[in-house]
Amino acid sequence: MFGKLTLDALPHEWFTIGGTVAITLGGLGVVALLTYYKRWKWLWKEWLTSTDPKKIGVMYIIVASLMLFRGALDAGMIWLQQALSAGASTGYLSAAHFQQIFTAHGSIMIFFVTMGFLFGLMNFILPIQIGARDVAFPLLNTLSFWLYVAGAALINLFFVVGGEFAAAGWLAQPPLSELAYSPGVGIDYWIWSLQVSGLGSLLSGINFLVTIIKMRAPGMTLMKMPMFAWTSLCSMMLVIAAFPILTMTLILLSLDRFLGMHFFTSGFGGNPMLYVNLIWSWGHPEVYILMIPAFGIYSEIVSTFSQKKLFGHTSMVAATIGITLLSMLVWLHHFFTMGAGADVNAFFGIMTGIIAIPTGVQVFNWLATMFRGRIIFNSTMYWFMGFVATFTLGGMAGVLLGIPGIDFEVHNSLFLVAHFHTMAIGGALFGIFAGITYWFPKVMGWKLNEKWGIRAFWLWLVGFFISFVPLYILGFLGATRRLDHYDASTGWQPLFMVAGFGFLIIAAGAALQIWQMIVSFRQRKENLDMTGDPWNGRTLEWAISSPPPVYNFAVIPEVRERDAFWEMKKAGKPAAPVKYEDIEMPKNTAMGIYISGFAFLIAFAMIWHILWLGLVGLVGAIACVITRSFDEETEYVIPAAEVAKIEARRIPYYEHTR
Amino acid sequence: MNIPDKNNKTIFGFWVYLMTDLIMFAALFAAYAALRGNTFGWPTGRELFSLPQALTETFILLTSSFTCGLAMLAVYSNKKNQALVFFGITFALGIAFLVLELTEFSKFVAEGNSWQRSAFLSSFFALVGTHGLHIAIGLLWMAVSMVMVRFRGLTPLVTSKLVRLSLFWHFLDVVWIFIFTIVYLLSHV
Repeated sequence: MFGKLTLDALPHEWFTIGGTVAITLGGLGVVALLTYYKRWKWLWKEWLTSTDPKKIGVMYIIVASLMLFRGALDAGMIWLQQALSAGASTGYLSAAHFQQIFTAHGSIMIFFVTMGFLFGLMNFILPIQIGARDVAFPLLNTLSFWLYVAGAALINLFFVVGGEFAAAGWLAQPPLSELAYSPGVGIDYWIWSLQVSGLGSLLSGINFLVTIIKMRAPGMTLMKMPMFAWTSLCSMMLVIAAFPILTMTLILLSLDRFLGMHFFTSGFGGNPMLYVNLIWSWGHPEVYILMIPAFGIYSEIVSTFSQKKLFGHTSMVAATIGITLLSMLVWLHHFFTMGAGADVNAFFGIMTGIIAIPTGVQVFNWLATMFRGRIIFNSTMYWFMGFVATFTLGGMAGVLLGIPGIDFEVHNSLFLVAHFHTMAIGGALFGIFAGITYWFPKVMGWKLNEKWGIRAFWLWLVGFFISFVPLYILGFLGATRRLDHYDASTGWQPLFMVAGFGFLIIAAGAALQIWQMIVSFRQRKENLDMTGDPWNGRTLEWAISSPPPVYNFAVIPEVRERDAFWEMKKAGKPAAPVKYEDIEMPKNTAMGIYISGFAFLIAFAMIWHILWLGLVGLVGAIACVITRSFDEETEYVIPAAEVAKIEARRIPYYEHTR
Repeated sequence: MNIPDKNNKTIFGFWVYLMTDLIMFAALFAAYAALRGNTFGWPTGRELFSLPQALTETFILLTSSFTCGLAMLAVYSNKKNQALVFFGITFALGIAFLVLELTEFSKFVAEGNSWQRSAFLSSFFALVGTHGLHIAIGLLWMAVSMVMVRFRGLTPLVTSKLVRLSLFWHFLDVVWIFIFTIVYLLSHV
């Protein structure tokens, strides 16, 4: 009846029981609050079923923040174990538990934190920045979000339902991840969580690509597009090119596990290295999918706060495209030690080195933008400058790793771990924090507190270096990654302890960010953004009020120059529109929730081998799609009079431009 | 938003989706290419595959693409019943294709050459089976579309859905040509 799901599978270890209690209490607390304040209907109508990309963006960021908390907790546990577990002491975690933690940490941080934040920012900002009212496919957009939520639920589900999590590293490399060596349900949790959320990412990729190509405001040619839109476009092209490979690779792995096929097994002619090639030909583009939008965020910020046009816009676009193309040609540098031979390694080594050139162009463009600019040292600029320092360091470490000869020495060592954390934290995460600070007033209508933001930044930056510089050194000393225990004679323990201390500083920085939110919320009346343009911005998102009306633009703007809003402000007050027109907007729909719910059931059934439940999920999902295809009334009209009323209540851009 | 604009966007989006599907097939083809020699001592493609049967399947699928094209011509000239007839023929040909493919699969399994036997057979069943699954989805879609045409008529929205359906069907045809060449023909070279 319930497949592999028996009473024995239920949580019985301290950490799963702890997780169960925490999730259950948290969930009950939320339910109680919602019921007490009678907010269920509001939540359902205003948020959960909304097709407004602005609201979907906010929901993405909330879920990603929760997942960041979970991923950071894992990071803390890893650091504590490694700081304690030398010589006679084996630390406080079993090896099996430690493996599950680092697997969860990597998977969560990549799939649910960074991706979640980026899709959140893109949902909110991108349509406004290109002068659109919506994304191309509103239903698909809610579906993407809810698939992401279903994936996030699946990766945390073993706390509640039981079993175990995957213990084969964040890429689950076979043959370790095959049934013979990982007979439990952990790998299946991992596969299906990624499969469901990956499908969401793929649909988002298609959606945003079509939005950017087809829905730009009149006059906004590709070369007049803001840099964030450009980097989003490139990132989405990579999503479209790379995520199908992930989907197929995971399907093949689950065919091995579920139907006894032999794609990646060590017997019957299977080839584990095929998996490694496939997964990295998704995996390397994936790291650029995360990085490239951050480049766009930095470009917007540097130009705004230097009060100058971005230096070398064309070369910036060319560099972004160059990185996009090159990122598809370097996957083999993740496994130079496979033994593909000197020629193959040399090719991929050279390609890897070449990526440093367009990346260098970008860094110099940002610095040249600051040069002779009237720089405003706002907290977003602190994040940017911190990024330049860490990113250059991490980039140079990456170029070192890209040389096959050196890679043979430091392959799989903590040097590598330090390198990609430098890129992921100092590059992508700092960019996300900067972007959130930058666009926060647009989303909420009030600014974040600067003082606490800058303090949090310093703790993050200092904590980052204290925790990761020791890892670079440890890598050179020979410490491999994923160690749950090491010999005392290695002399590594002091360095691991320093790294753990650095983690505490980062945690303090994160705590200050939460404090910053609380302080800013309390002072929101003093920091209200009445104009919609708090930073003297240059792009179209600052042309509308904060927070924006549901339709973004009452009248679609005409774009003539690259920094469209800046040019409008320079040209002076445009004439107010004579009359408004009716605006068609997509209706709310719960289909995204239903389909994702059925996808969740399918995934759950596949994890626990419950055939009938899988069929229920499949039939349900298909029925939803068919029902929706017969629905032609998917839009509603905001009458012109209503638009005029909303516009009169705020200060439209043609009045506050001076 | 006016309907032509919206349909234009949807069809472009569908093209992009087809490209992602194509990349999924590319990954499968890559896996097949890497594993086709790994028979682990069990039968090779040359011993298993019957070229006449594969050729029959090919002709059935190509013909169904042709009738699908005729159906779309009828849609564009607003001949509802004619469109339904041609979609009906396409549907029947699709079923015939699936039946032939499943016959082949069950014959292999009955002879003991299932997907569990060797990496080569795993990759064969996964690649050809994924195509077959796509055909099955296309058939379900076609059935629903025929109901829609029957009761809603050839409205612009229905027509847009039919354009996408026919793109999907032709796409599967193109993928099949590659399967026919790489899996069946090359096995006998």
